[in-house]
Amino acid sequence: MGSEHVVRARGLERVYGSGPVAVHALRGVDLEVLAGEFLAIMGPSGCGKSTLLNLLGCLDRPTCGAYELAGRDVSRLDRDARAAVRNEMLGFVFQDFHLLPRTTAVENVELPLIYGPTGAGEQQRRAVAALARVGLRGREWSTPRELSGGQQQRVAIARALVAEPALLLADEPTGNLDSETSAGILALLDELHTKGMTIVLVTHDEEVAARAGRIVRMRDGRIVQDTRVGGPA
Amino acid sequence: MKLWLSTMRLAARSLRRNAMRSSLTALGVVVGVAAVIAMVSVGQGARARLQEQLASVGTNIMMIFPGATSSGGSRAGWGTADPLTVADARAIERQVPGLRGVSYFRRGVVQVQAAGQSWSTTVWGVPESFSIVREWPPRLGSFLRRSHDESGAKVAVLGATVAEQLFGLGQDPVGAEIRLKDVPFKVIGVLEEKGQTVWGRDQDDAVFIPFTTAERKVLGAKRLGNVDMIRLALVASGDEPVVVDELTRLFRQRRRVEPGEDDDFAIRTMSEMSRAAQGSAEDMSRLLLAIASISLVVGGIGIMNVLLVSVGERTREIGIRMAVGARGRHILVQFLCEAVALSSVGGFAGVVLGVLVSVLISELSDWPILISPAAIVGAVAFAAGVGVFFGYYPARKASRLDPIEALHHE
Repeated sequence: MGSEHVVRARGLERVYGSGPVAVHALRGVDLEVLAGEFLAIMGPSGCGKSTLLNLLGCLDRPTCGAYELAGRDVSRLDRDARAAVRNEMLGFVFQDFHLLPRTTAVENVELPLIYGPTGAGEQQRRAVAALARVGLRGREWSTPRELSGGQQQRVAIARALVAEPALLLADEPTGNLDSETSAGILALLDELHTKGMTIVLVTHDEEVAARAGRIVRMRDGRIVQDTRVGGPA
Repeated sequence: MKLWLSTMRLAARSLRRNAMRSSLTALGVVVGVAAVIAMVSVGQGARARLQEQLASVGTNIMMIFPGATSSGGSRAGWGTADPLTVADARAIERQVPGLRGVSYFRRGVVQVQAAGQSWSTTVWGVPESFSIVREWPPRLGSFLRRSHDESGAKVAVLGATVAEQLFGLGQDPVGAEIRLKDVPFKVIGVLEEKGQTVWGRDQDDAVFIPFTTAERKVLGAKRLGNVDMIRLALVASGDEPVVVDELTRLFRQRRRVEPGEDDDFAIRTMSEMSRAAQGSAEDMSRLLLAIASISLVVGGIGIMNVLLVSVGERTREIGIRMAVGARGRHILVQFLCEAVALSSVGGFAGVVLGVLVSVLISELSDWPILISPAAIVGAVAFAAGVGVFFGYYPARKASRLDPIEALHHE
């Protein structure tokens, strides 16, 4: 995998609204992420890090600029094509888990596979395997209500992994968890990274960011600092 | 295929989760479909009943009345034209071929007494051919004979209702004596039960006596030989137009109607009356069906309302699904499936309810049960269609949500 680019973004801009009320959330961001990197994006509220994550996650389209995901230009795709890219190449982990309520862990994890090419019998097998990877063997048939916050986030990570994405995007994954549980989730992310997963994580917690091998700091819609640290390689 | 399967499963699950709301919504469709089915089977039952009653008048029947006609079948000038006579009936018998029989009658309401009982009924003065033309044989004893008519015999044949009222159910009154206007008559027969006419009159509430006896002894007559109506039966229904022409020619000649003048008599055929009756029955069925369909549409609006609420409540779910790769089409299909599932389940329950109601109505009204398979299939298909139609707007609304906004929806 070595120096293969998972993300190659050039001059990304995102403007909400138009004319005098236009808000420039991103003012030209260049970012390259190599396969196997673990990158943390940091910055104060309103610096544009969520907007950048939305663009990287193909949930949104840049106003201008180019974005190549795993060698494919995805910056001009329409809604359906972006949905397909999210399904096949991306995994999301959110601050408040975003699991479907009253739905078992397995069914939550299966969700991306339902919208992809995986056969019906294969879906459940892969979902169970993904749950095992995040340490939730035996909790397959629990609903979110029956799981602790940390377990719920593990289900969400399993859901993000199940379709074997090229890039895992995590938005404040430990923001709603106590420090002990957070440590467990971060250890899991470390482990995934060690096994070769490319991870982009948004946080404003320095300790969380310290886990990553590279920290990108943003301010007013621009990247102001990009540092590689030793970290757990 | 797999997507469809999982989408159906998804729809079923989400409907189960809000069981109360789902069943109340489906209830709208249940009522609509049940109403359609019940109305159609009521309409068809009523039509079948009508057919039965029309058949009870006799097949291939024609009637001749005095008086001119106006269009649409209503008679005008009743009583102003010369009455028809027994001689007219005899002339038909002699001159018009293709007839199974010619009959005529005069009737009047008379008090009948027998065995200490008294009953007010219609007394019919008829010739022996009456039984043949009306296809109405006696159940006990025999019908009037030609000799009775010629001699003015004081004999009577009772309708089933009269026999029951005067002599009690299951009794054999043949040989007993009844009194009509204080004239004693010997009962020689009781007719088979015939039931109601299309207009609701009990045909069995009648006493039949020889025509000549009736006009001389019971009903009285301005002029002997005048009749209320002539009724004849054709051998074959195909002869109808020819016979009508023959009769028209004969009667214009006998009643001296000048060329160019309107007939002063009217010929009615059973097929004509049956068409008119069927026509109004069909109009009524269509009206009932239209009203029932409105309730289906109202049920559909209920589905739309519930889906709109559901889309609002599940905005976050829609966002999650979109984030993991659901396309607009997937979301659209999911919500459409829910709408169709709701309306189809409602449709099937409606079929059951509709059939029950139809059976109940037919029990209460003594109509035959006619549950039309076409109505069942049609109502369920229409219900599913209602689901698609009213589900489309909310489903489309859901499919067009912005994933980022939907994800952050509280």
